[in-house]
Amino acid sequence: MRQQRGAWIVGGYLAVVMALGALQSGCAPSAPKGAKGAKPASASDQSVAAMKTYIAPGDLDEYYLFASGGHSGQVYVYGVPSMRHLSTIPVYTPYPATGYGFDDDSKAMLGNFTWGDVHHPSLSETQGDYDGRWLFVNDMNGRVARVDLRDFKTKQIFGPVPNISGNHASAFVTPNTEYSMMASRFSIPIPKGTVAPIDKYATDYKGVVAALKVEPKSGELSLGWEILMPPFDYDLGDAGKKASDGWMFWTCYNSERATGKLEVTSTQRDRDYIAAIDWKAAEKAIGEGKGDVIGGVKVLDPKKVPGIVYLMPCGKSPHGVDVSPDGKWIVGSGKLQGVTTVFNFEKIQTAIRNKDFTGEEDGIPVLKYESIKDAEVPVGLGPLHTQFGPNNLAYTSLFVDSAIAEWRLGTWEVIDKVPMSYSIGHLTAAEGDTVDPDGKYLVGLNKLSHGRHLSVGPSQPESSQLVDISDEKMKILYDAFTEPEPHYAQIIKADKLHPIEVYPKEENKHPLAIWDVKDAGVTRQGNKVIVKVVEVRSTITPTEIEVNEGDTVTVALTNIEQTTDELHGFGLLDYNVNIVVDPGETKTFTFKADKKGIYPYYCTNFCSALHQEMQGYLIVKGR
Amino acid sequence: MRTLIEKLNRYLHSDVDLGPRALLLLAALLVVPVYLFPLWQLTMFAPQYPQGLRLKIYSYKLDGGNNGQDVKEVNVLNHYIGMQELTTEAFTEFKWIPFVVGGMALLFLRSAVHGQMHALVDVTVMYFYFALFSLWSFAYKLYSYGHNLDEKAAVQVAPFMPPVFGYRKIANFEVYSYPGLASYALGGVLLVLMAALFVSWRQYLRNPRAARS
Repeated sequence: MRQQRGAWIVGGYLAVVMALGALQSGCAPSAPKGAKGAKPASASDQSVAAMKTYIAPGDLDEYYLFASGGHSGQVYVYGVPSMRHLSTIPVYTPYPATGYGFDDDSKAMLGNFTWGDVHHPSLSETQGDYDGRWLFVNDMNGRVARVDLRDFKTKQIFGPVPNISGNHASAFVTPNTEYSMMASRFSIPIPKGTVAPIDKYATDYKGVVAALKVEPKSGELSLGWEILMPPFDYDLGDAGKKASDGWMFWTCYNSERATGKLEVTSTQRDRDYIAAIDWKAAEKAIGEGKGDVIGGVKVLDPKKVPGIVYLMPCGKSPHGVDVSPDGKWIVGSGKLQGVTTVFNFEKIQTAIRNKDFTGEEDGIPVLKYESIKDAEVPVGLGPLHTQFGPNNLAYTSLFVDSAIAEWRLGTWEVIDKVPMSYSIGHLTAAEGDTVDPDGKYLVGLNKLSHGRHLSVGPSQPESSQLVDISDEKMKILYDAFTEPEPHYAQIIKADKLHPIEVYPKEENKHPLAIWDVKDAGVTRQGNKVIVKVVEVRSTITPTEIEVNEGDTVTVALTNIEQTTDELHGFGLLDYNVNIVVDPGETKTFTFKADKKGIYPYYCTNFCSALHQEMQGYLIVKGR
Repeated sequence: MRTLIEKLNRYLHSDVDLGPRALLLLAALLVVPVYLFPLWQLTMFAPQYPQGLRLKIYSYKLDGGNNGQDVKEVNVLNHYIGMQELTTEAFTEFKWIPFVVGGMALLFLRSAVHGQMHALVDVTVMYFYFALFSLWSFAYKLYSYGHNLDEKAAVQVAPFMPPVFGYRKIANFEVYSYPGLASYALGGVLLVLMAALFVSWRQYLRNPRAARS
C-alpha cells in the first residue's frame, strides 16, 4: 500500500519534470519576436514585387545604378529596378575582360598601383542635378578618377594628390561640378615624406581638405587648392546646394586627436564635428594670393585666413553628412546614437555673424550646437547616411538596427521603418542626393548577407536590397547580390545618359590608327619596332609579325569595325599580352621581345563564325 | 513549551519509511543532469542575428551556440559597451557548484540509508540554502557584468541588469533568459525533498510510536 503510494508520488513527479521540460523548450525562443508575428509575404505581395522588378526580355531598366566597388577598385553598373549587373567599369585595377591595365595608356594611368579603394561615386552635376556627363570616384590612395559616361571608360586618374592621406571623403562634386572635393581620413605630417613621432600627432599631424578643379568642357581634373585642418579623421562630405551653395560640409571623427586603439581612444568625447567650409571664400582667398605652398600646392591656413572654416558639433563619431534637396538643412548623425541631427543652414549663418561660438580648434571657431540645430530626429540606432525623396521625405540608414527609417524634413516625424538584411551601410535613392530627387526606388547597400543566397563559401557577396518608396509605406522588392564591396552608389535616370556604341572613325585621332589592311605591317628604327595591326572579321592583319630578339615592340591595334558589339581581342601567348579593342578604337601596347621563338596571337573576344581562325604568329628571331 | 520541544525531538528522531527513502534516492539521481545539461540559457536576437546567439551556463562551464562561437560573438559585441569578457575562468561558481551538488547527492544517499527524519530535515534545509545562494550568486554575477562597464568604452550605456528570468530589450537585442534542464532537475530535487518531508510527516502523524524515544 505504502509502496504503491510512493510509486505514485515518484510517477507524479516525473510527470511534473516532463511538463517543465516541455515548458522550457517553450521558454528559450527559437526566433525573435518580430519573426513570430511577421507573416511571410503573401502571394499577391510577391507578385506585385515581381511585376515591379521584372524587366521583360528586350526591355530596358528605368535607371542606372553606379556602385562603388570598394577595394576591388572598380565601378559596377546595375539596372534598376531589375538589379541586373550590366557592366563593370575598371578604374583602379587591371581588368583582363576589357584589356584594361594591359595597353600602354591604361597602364600609364594605373601607374605603379594595381588596386584602389573606391567608396564614393559622384556623378557630375549642373545646378545641383545630375547631368549624365562624368562619374568621379575616389581612391583611398589619394587619387580621383573620371569615368566618361559617353563610353563608360576611365579617362583620367589624378593623383596621388599632395598632402592628402587616406582619401576616403571624396569625390564629392559641387553643384555645377566646379570642383571634386577630397579630404584626409588619416592625418599625417605634411608634405608627404615628413616624419614626426606619433606622440606629436595632436600638433604635428595635419588634416587636409583639397579641391580639385574640373575643366567644364572636358572634365579634366587638376590641382586646385587645399585647406589645413586639425588632425581629425575626415570621413564623408557633401556640397551645399541652392540655399547653401558655396559651402562644403565634412564629418570628422577623432576630434580627440587620439592615436593607437582608436575604437576606444577616439570615442571619448560626446561630440565630434561637421566642418563647414565656405569654399567660395576659400577660392577667393587663393585668388588673392593667400595660402602657402606645401607639397607643390597652395594651402590655406584657417588660423591665418579666418572666416572660411567653422566647426559644427555633432553626435560623436559621425559618419554621413547630407544636405537636403533645397539646401536648407544639413543632416549629420553620430553613428553610435539613436538620433540624427538636422542643422539649419540659416541658423549656421546667423551663428557665424553673431560669433555664437563655444570654443575653437587650432583657430577654427566651434559653433554653438543649440544655436544651429533644428531637430534631433529619433530615427533609431546607428544612423549613418541620409538620402532624400520628393515631398521633404528623408531616408536614413541604421547600421545597428539594420533598418532604414523614413522621416520628414520640417515636421521631423518618423513615418516608417523597413528592416535590412543585414547591417546596412550606405543607401541610395533615385537621384536622392540631388536638388530634385525622384523617389520611386531606394537601394540599401548592406554589409552582411548571412546566407540569403546559395552558399558560395566563406567569401560572401554583399547584399543590396531594392526598396519601393513610391508610397510612404516602404516595401522590399528584391534581394540582389553585388560584387565586393559597394559603399556608396548613385542612381541616375537612364534617359540622362547617351552612350555611344561604336567609336566613330572620324573621331579617332590616334597617330598610329590605320583603316586599311594595306597599311598594316612592321616599321623599324634601330631596335625599336612599330607594328600597325588591323582587326576586322575574321583576320588579324598582318598574320605574321617578325621581330628580332631584344627589340622593343609597340603594337598598335585598330578595330576598324563600325558595327555595334563587334569587339576584337589580341592575346599574345607567353608574353602576358591581352588587349581588347572596341569598334573604331586604337590601342597600343609595348613589350620587349626578350624570348626568341614562335608565339601565336589570336582574337580573344568572340566575334564571328570564323573567330577561331582569327590568329597569327609572332616570330622572334634569335640574334 | 517543553512539550513542544519534546514533540519536536520525537519527530526528528523518528524513522523514515521506504517511500521517502526512495524519494531521497531519486533526489540523488536527479542531480545527474547538473553535470550534463545547462543550468541557464540566454538567447539573444538582433536583426543581424536572425538565428540568435545562445549562451549556455553549465554548472562547470560557459558554452555557447554554434559550437561555442556565440560566446566569442557576444564578447565581441559586449566590448563596445565596455563589458568584461565572459569566460569560464571568470565564474568561480563553476568550481564550487559541481562539488557542492555532488556532496549534496552523497548526503541524500546517506539520509536514504540512515532513514532518519533529522537527516531528511537537514538535507532539505541545506538544499534550500544552496538553491537560494546559487540563484543569488547567478543574479549578482549578471548584475556585476551589467554594472562594471568600462568608462572609456566606445558606446556609453547606462548600467543595466540583464534579465535573470524572462525577456528584456537591450539596444537592438531581444534578450531571453530562462533556466536550463539542469535547473529544472535541481528544482525537481527540491520538490522531491519536500514530497519526502510531506510523506514522512504524514506517516509520522499516523504512527508516532514508530519514533524511537
